[in-house]
Amino acid sequence: MRGAETVLADGTNVDGVALGVLVFFFLVVSVGGFYAARWRRPDSLMSLDEWGLAGRGFGPVVTWFLLGGDLYTAYTFVAVPAAMYATGAVSGFFAVPYTIVVYPLIFIFMPRMWSVSNAKGYVTTADFIRGRYGSRSLSLAVAVTGVLATMPYIALQLVGIQAVLDTIGLGGNGNTFLKDLPLFIAFAVLAAFTYSSGLRAPALIAFVKDTLIYLVIVVAVVWAAVHLGFGTIFDAAKTKMETPTSAGAPTGSFIPADSSYWAYASLAFGSALALFMYPHSMTAVLSGRSRSVIRRNATFLPLYSLLLGLLALLGFAAIAAGTSVFGSDGLANAQLAVPHLFQDNFPSWFAGIAYSAIAIGALVPSAIMSIAAANLFTRNVYREFIKPAATPHQEAVVSKITSLVVKFGALLFVLALDKQNAINMQLLGGVWILQTFLAIVAGLYTRWFHGWALLVGWAAGMVYGTITAYNVTVPKTATRLVNGEAVTETLGTRHFGGSLANFPFTGTKVYIALSALALNIVISVVLTMVLRALKAAEGTDDTTPADYYADNAAVRSGRRSTASQGASVAGT
Amino acid sequence: MADVAAQPLNTRDKTVVGVLLLIPLLALLIVPIYARSGPELLGFPFFYWYQFVWVLLASAFTQASYVVIKRARHEDGDR
Repeated sequence: MRGAETVLADGTNVDGVALGVLVFFFLVVSVGGFYAARWRRPDSLMSLDEWGLAGRGFGPVVTWFLLGGDLYTAYTFVAVPAAMYATGAVSGFFAVPYTIVVYPLIFIFMPRMWSVSNAKGYVTTADFIRGRYGSRSLSLAVAVTGVLATMPYIALQLVGIQAVLDTIGLGGNGNTFLKDLPLFIAFAVLAAFTYSSGLRAPALIAFVKDTLIYLVIVVAVVWAAVHLGFGTIFDAAKTKMETPTSAGAPTGSFIPADSSYWAYASLAFGSALALFMYPHSMTAVLSGRSRSVIRRNATFLPLYSLLLGLLALLGFAAIAAGTSVFGSDGLANAQLAVPHLFQDNFPSWFAGIAYSAIAIGALVPSAIMSIAAANLFTRNVYREFIKPAATPHQEAVVSKITSLVVKFGALLFVLALDKQNAINMQLLGGVWILQTFLAIVAGLYTRWFHGWALLVGWAAGMVYGTITAYNVTVPKTATRLVNGEAVTETLGTRHFGGSLANFPFTGTKVYIALSALALNIVISVVLTMVLRALKAAEGTDDTTPADYYADNAAVRSGRRSTASQGASVAGT
Repeated sequence: MADVAAQPLNTRDKTVVGVLLLIPLLALLIVPIYARSGPELLGFPFFYWYQFVWVLLASAFTQASYVVIKRARHEDGDR
């Protein structure tokens, strides 16, 4: 999808109807995004509590849409069926148990995080680390990890939009500037309304996104059941996955074999632990107005996993329907499986709605992620190291500007580098963000761990995880159509070939992030015992046990808090 | 804003909540339980429909824990 490459003779036709629908929905959400600044109108948006956390006043319904829009991103919607299409269950369907397992975890840990953050005015996880351990270096480590892990995640949302634009026919005009212009416009508008409305913008747009996504998936699944039949879909997938590749191994996994039980379980569990460590999950959680908003959401958010599972099966449906995944650059790209499935089998206007769902699905998380990364920079770098006396107004200004920088950084990342880099970085991002798990989650319950021990454990996990991921090499292949037949050529090997590697001293493949976390935990425990024995000095704890149970008084007694007055939608 | 505290749960309630939340985790993380093709349901191999069913069951188990906590604290909840 990069650069001025070959153009298929029939690949340059722009689907005008689908494009029209896409533009229409884009205009709707743009207006909504700017209007959001007036939604639940605060006296001033110029503080991180208002711009970055929407006044910490969202009720269960808004939070449900916000978290759903946040955690189930466009990239998920493109990548999960793509993985199902290409290599089956172990690389794709684990997303279903992953997004089920995450909610009991959120249910347990997040109310404490919400309470202590609300009691102490924390905006980011690094704020909490700073207060709990009194360690500036550990707090900086957590903040930097958060920003590093978030950037490629934003970049991948753009990859999702690119897949849509390519399908509509805007991908391959051979002119790099024209080709990237639609993406550039979409991102500029996103940046503008995030800048002006803060977290209220993605919260409002999330309603549109989810409505479209639910509509599209339900129609697609009914279509697949009627026209293909689930039996046929699963049979086609089974046949493809069991067919040996030229190297002799099966193409993929239809149902995980004995050898991949650990892989499947560790991917699901590790990804779930990592998911709520991401800054954007935390931002959405902290914008809730009470503890029970978080808990209620954990009970209803799994409904999105139903959707994700059905969407994953569309990857198998694409196999059964014989969908072509050759992009306008002539190369096979599994990420086009779902967009092309819609293009081939639905009228243009409905395909346009599906593309809109994916594209808007990219805008919501991109906005939240850039806000979260900006808050980390503002609170844990700018205020901590550059200007300790910053006023709330100055913080908001810095955060707004940083959100722009973060988004354009991600845009450059996608435009200037091969998108494979974004995918590699995203894989690493998951490994990295999980290394903050111990400091944060253990910190919610105990001050037993020593700050320096956690820092060394974090560093060890980061280094081990990065090296291990780098060492996963796979053949680099390019598949193109030659006289109607798919021809695959191998162009050497590439690093960051997957998320799995042997657990140390065993032959069992597990998710690298979990192996790194295990190392992180062992080192942190041992070093803590050593440092305690040496009676090493440590920072002061700013929190009290009661802070972890703090709740919103007005809400508990049945009245609305001032932050949410006049917002009837939140209470329904 | 945070001027009221939720009460910590007693040991019995904690155990009940813990078990309710642990069940979905075990049901999905012990892969050998469900990594099989039969029995099929509506054309779905067991491996696939089992996980779909657990989306709903996990939601129900989490909802049950929510009710336990709400009762223990005599909260109305935040609706």
